[in-house]
Amino acid sequence: MERTTQAANPFAGMVEWFSSPPVTGGWLYRFIIYPLLQMAVFIIGIAAFLTAAAYLIAFIIPNPRENIVLAEQINRQLPGMIISGISVGFVYSMIALGYTLVYGVLKFINFAHSEIFMVGSVVGFEIMQRIDEAGASQQWNPVVMVVTIVLSSMLASGLLAVLIERVAYRPLRNAPRLVPLISAIGVSFFLTDVVRATEAMLRNDFNLRYPTNDLNWLTDAIPLVIGGITVNIKPTSIIMVIGAVLTLLALNYFVNGTKLGRGVRAVSQDQSTAGLMRIDVNFMISLTFFIGGAFGGAAGALFGMNAGTITPYVGFIPGVKAFTAAVLGGIGNVTGSLLGGLTIGMLEAFLNGTLAYFPALGQRYTDIFVFAILIIVLIFRPGGLLGERVDEKV
Amino acid sequence: MAALLELKNVHTYYGHIHALKGVDLEVNQGEIVTLIGSNGAGKSTTLRTISGMTRPKQGSVYLEGRDITGMKPNHIAALGIGHVPEGRRIFPLLTVKENLEIGAWNVQDRVEINRRMERAFELFPRLRERVEQKGGTLSGGEQQMLAISRALMSAPRVILLDEPSMGLAPVLVEGIFEIIKRINADGTTVLLVEQNAHMALEIAQRGYVLQTGTVVLQDMADILINDQMVRKVYLGEN
Ligand SMILES: Nc1ncnc2c1ncn2[C@@H]1O[C@H](COP(=O)(O)OP(=O)(O)OP(=O)(O)O)[C@@H](O)[C@H]1O
Ligand SMILES: [Mg+2]
Repeated sequence: MERTTQAANPFAGMVEWFSSPPVTGGWLYRFIIYPLLQMAVFIIGIAAFLTAAAYLIAFIIPNPRENIVLAEQINRQLPGMIISGISVGFVYSMIALGYTLVYGVLKFINFAHSEIFMVGSVVGFEIMQRIDEAGASQQWNPVVMVVTIVLSSMLASGLLAVLIERVAYRPLRNAPRLVPLISAIGVSFFLTDVVRATEAMLRNDFNLRYPTNDLNWLTDAIPLVIGGITVNIKPTSIIMVIGAVLTLLALNYFVNGTKLGRGVRAVSQDQSTAGLMRIDVNFMISLTFFIGGAFGGAAGALFGMNAGTITPYVGFIPGVKAFTAAVLGGIGNVTGSLLGGLTIGMLEAFLNGTLAYFPALGQRYTDIFVFAILIIVLIFRPGGLLGERVDEKV
Repeated sequence: MAALLELKNVHTYYGHIHALKGVDLEVNQGEIVTLIGSNGAGKSTTLRTISGMTRPKQGSVYLEGRDITGMKPNHIAALGIGHVPEGRRIFPLLTVKENLEIGAWNVQDRVEINRRMERAFELFPRLRERVEQKGGTLSGGEQQMLAISRALMSAPRVILLDEPSMGLAPVLVEGIFEIIKRINADGTTVLLVEQNAHMALEIAQRGYVLQTGTVVLQDMADILINDQMVRKVYLGEN
């Protein structure tokens, strides 16, 4: 049986409210209002915390360089950092969900997930490229085009994840825990090279440029004036946020509002008892891989559109960051992935916006801070922020 | 006519541990049969072997003459075998209602699910007050009630109960045995594993005594309850 142990935490009640979805109340409240409210609270909370931290640093180190007043720079950068943090954060959340869902049912880290994400990104490129080669990208309605690309990537990555589980993990289900992990790493390398070889044969190049050039709706920044500061928002940022919010709402509904979702939760809590209840455990595991993979695929397509150019190696860094997000939020906890993803994305945006003002530092050092978090969390709070629940098999 | 449930020469292993050494057992339609024995005798293993959680290395399990050995637990359950496992195994993060709904996994008809849930609340009114509570936060006794109700949600033909009285206050223990009689009177065949041998033999028609993986005694319950050896070893009398 799984035990739940509660760490003493003065905010336990609040954390509980924000981390466990309501089981009562109307449909609208449970599946629309609550999750949106939850996202809003996370975003505002993280943004407020990081803003305060940034100004605190500006107070301690007012002039990191000659002629640079850090506080002024932060004033100027703030809206941009927050917006970029939200959009990148949502993408990390989506990838993190893939790790967390699979961990939930198999207690295993699917290290091939970053490559499932990469494949989503490549499939997104292939679809968009084909539309472009047919000379049709101008005629397509932007919304239809984005939806088509994202759905194709979701389908491809979802099916790929199911296949990987079937071929590389299921036969190892009773093997020592390290074995499927190694298998996952093998799958990871395999996918990278297969995609690289395929694209090299197909296009003579494995640097894949999303054909966004003639699409003004995708490339022209939208100026937005916030408090007298003009912020240029990339349309892809908006697409990422909308795409993420819609898929996250759908996931929340699936997990907490449908019979199949209930089955997935039962399997993740107690596999053998779920079998006794007539649940087809293997089907549920496949379904979980499909959903996790689909989220990775959607994130891959959105990421690709935003980045412009991708390669078969594009999965690694976002994958590790999303893994960090999942661990930070509490691996196995769906809400934790949302919180962790937004935290990492936002932190990254703040670092990107401010590190450059410090001598010898720069944006390229952002990752050090992100990965330091991974190490710190793993050492001091392996259950993550929302993980007072330390699941142990008894 | 074939027995509802039949084990023939079943050998089950855990690695090198030979837990069942040729168990033969029969449960007829409509009976309450009890399986008693000391700790580690193999009672739970017998139930686990029937429901497919562990596979026997040798021998067979039949349901109405049909060989179900080696089938997956979900398929065996679908044939009408309900199992309340040792330790209750409630889904801790699902609510009471969700736990019950999982029990009715194979039922599509919402009305029927609600009807069965009502029936569970009749048997255990306390569960009704706690429908929205998470299973993991129920008391031990409440979890036991939920575990039994959850198994009944699938309307099994035969229910395997593994120590349903474990950890319950004495007054609740009597209640549980009353409920088992009611479940049986409503047409569900019962295979009952119990430490509380006396109570079990009182409500059962027949009983089996298991010792280190072997059936050493089997008879009508009222005979077993007066048996010298049973009285001494399992009923704690001198
Ligand atoms: N998962 C397992 N791995 C190894 N050995 C096991 C396992 N489960 C049970 N056994 C062994 O099999 C034997 C029978 O165990 P079983 O659980 O069936 O006993 P039991 O009669 O139900 O006992 P109790 O009254 O204590 O529940 C015991 O010796 C036990 O140690
Ligand atoms: Mg036992």
